Amino acid sequence: MSLPSHAMPHQRSVFERFPFIPALGILAVLLLLNGIAEPNSMSFGAITGLTKTYLALMFLAVAQSLVVFSSDIDLSVGAILSLVNVVVVVLIERLGGGADAVLLSCLVGVLVGTLAGVFNGFVVVGLRLQPIVATFATGIVFTGLALWVLPVAGMPVPQSFWRTYGGRICDIPFVFYVVAALGLLIWLTVRTKYIIQLMAVGDNRLAAYQSGLPVTRIRIKAFALCGMLSAVAALCIIGDTASGDPVVGNAMTLYSVAAVVLGGTALSGGSGSMLGSAIGALIIGLINSFVFFAGVSSEWQNFAQGVAVLVALMAGVLITRRISK
Amino acid sequence: MSGLSTSIADLARTPLVVALGLILALLVLGELLSPGFASASQIMRLLIVASILGVVAAGQNLVILGGREGIDLSVGGVVSLSAVIAGNMMQGSDAGIIPAILACLATGAFFGLLNGLGVTLLRIPPLIMTLGMLGVLQGLLVVVRSGIPSGLAAPGLARFVTQPFLFGVPGMIWLWGAIGVLMALLLRRTLFGYRVYAIGSNETAARMAGVPADLIRVSLFVFSGMFAAVAGFCIIGYSGSSFSNVGAQYMLASIIAVVLGGTPLSGGKGGYTGTMAGAVLLILLQSILTTLNIEEAGRQFAFGATLLVLMLFYGRGKALRG
Repeated sequence: MSLPSHAMPHQRSVFERFPFIPALGILAVLLLLNGIAEPNSMSFGAITGLTKTYLALMFLAVAQSLVVFSSDIDLSVGAILSLVNVVVVVLIERLGGGADAVLLSCLVGVLVGTLAGVFNGFVVVGLRLQPIVATFATGIVFTGLALWVLPVAGMPVPQSFWRTYGGRICDIPFVFYVVAALGLLIWLTVRTKYIIQLMAVGDNRLAAYQSGLPVTRIRIKAFALCGMLSAVAALCIIGDTASGDPVVGNAMTLYSVAAVVLGGTALSGGSGSMLGSAIGALIIGLINSFVFFAGVSSEWQNFAQGVAVLVALMAGVLITRRISK
Repeated sequence: MSGLSTSIADLARTPLVVALGLILALLVLGELLSPGFASASQIMRLLIVASILGVVAAGQNLVILGGREGIDLSVGGVVSLSAVIAGNMMQGSDAGIIPAILACLATGAFFGLLNGLGVTLLRIPPLIMTLGMLGVLQGLLVVVRSGIPSGLAAPGLARFVTQPFLFGVPGMIWLWGAIGVLMALLLRRTLFGYRVYAIGSNETAARMAGVPADLIRVSLFVFSGMFAAVAGFCIIGYSGSSFSNVGAQYMLASIIAVVLGGTPLSGGKGGYTGTMAGAVLLILLQSILTTLNIEEAGRQFAFGATLLVLMLFYGRGKALRG
């Protein structure tokens, strides 16, 4: 029984409008579990510590989701993060380590990340290579560049850098300002015309092209933004680890994809939520801390984390599909 | 005359021919850069390394051929896990070979089955399912490794993998050749093979024609797990003992070998012969970069850049303006 469209306009359900709601539910459950397992894990200090550690993954996941929206994928985000990490650290050292040197280096780092993203866009969209294998290859190129900039991990950054990242402004930890900035960025981005175009491209590339959207430009821009946000993730990593490491981010690539999925975004593109991806990153962090606090013996911890992430991924996919039916 | 030249032009575009041509070119280049690179013993060593990647890529190839975004990111985890299991069960004794290979196959089949069931019954996208499974396998690797001292390969296995076995060629290469023949027969001469291509190119049509698509897809993942397990088992014969996360490098390398061999990630076309050439090409490229004696940074850069160039030869997507 289908009603004429004017009689019953298509009402988007609350879940369709806010695909991150299931992720929010999983997050709440995990917070509760953590609180039960170890009440101290819900203290202000512990939450701050968790945010400090997983802020980079939050940015990386949000970066990844932009590319996923247009039905692409970027397996080089971790390598971009590593490259920016060493570029910034080495540049700060070369420029003398003063406050303006730090600021300038961070700007250069963000530029490098953006350029890496543009290169990915050129390779995947311009040369029409398959994103999974092409961005894997560009990731190797970026890793090569990172190793050229800094062959071995170790160069420290000035105290001012990590003191700021780990410190407080007006009694509020600095990382929460960054989280707020990320929130604001997401809030602003979802209101742009660009994000609607990006979703249209991800939903049906040919239809988007035929309706006159500049598909190539839209997709390359997504890769560029992805590279830019990966660079911001690199700055967070520097704040957390206070040193340079040419392969620090490489293992984070697959976690960024997992976080996107946990956040309620389908890899097929066309819909999803950036906020969900950030929540997805926190879910991974909370799973890891819960396994720790629940007293799982050290040798079984990785296994328990792996199983929990797999179950959460599967649950996320199933819930998202149930809702969108 | 023009018919002949078009057929030659077509041939030159066949992925297998392109890969073989590139292999030949790289061998010549390697010999020029470092005399002795293309000697028989060097080529044999290269083929052993390629055969291990090739065995992993056989399973990856099957999963990708089956379509519906088929991909198996968990192969690296299975390789690592079965290498450790094999080492721990053999402990340097030939009597352990049979139990070890059985244990490895069972492990691979089990995790492949889990992947397959998740992908078919629950309809979890393969990339997500196998990504999650990779995390589980890496966790299990920590469990299996701790407590038990790292194992040793049985001398018989080490001989089989590295020493001449028949006509001066190591058993490992014979095994790979046999897998190549069996894969070709399976894909081109059996109902199962036809059905793999059918579900890979149009699953809806295949289902309507009565193809048990889910059953086929589950078995593809089981095959993938078992091939990865065989590779893990053989790795320990090559290296002597198991070391940490030896399989990680095979995850994306196996996918690249498949793509360089002319099977697109969208599935439904291609085959294993090309993948074998792709595996050799990949290992050859790495080997040349190693002989060049440049530092790690330049090697990685050149490897990535060359892969990008190679990909330009294969299955680029269609332009939107058709």
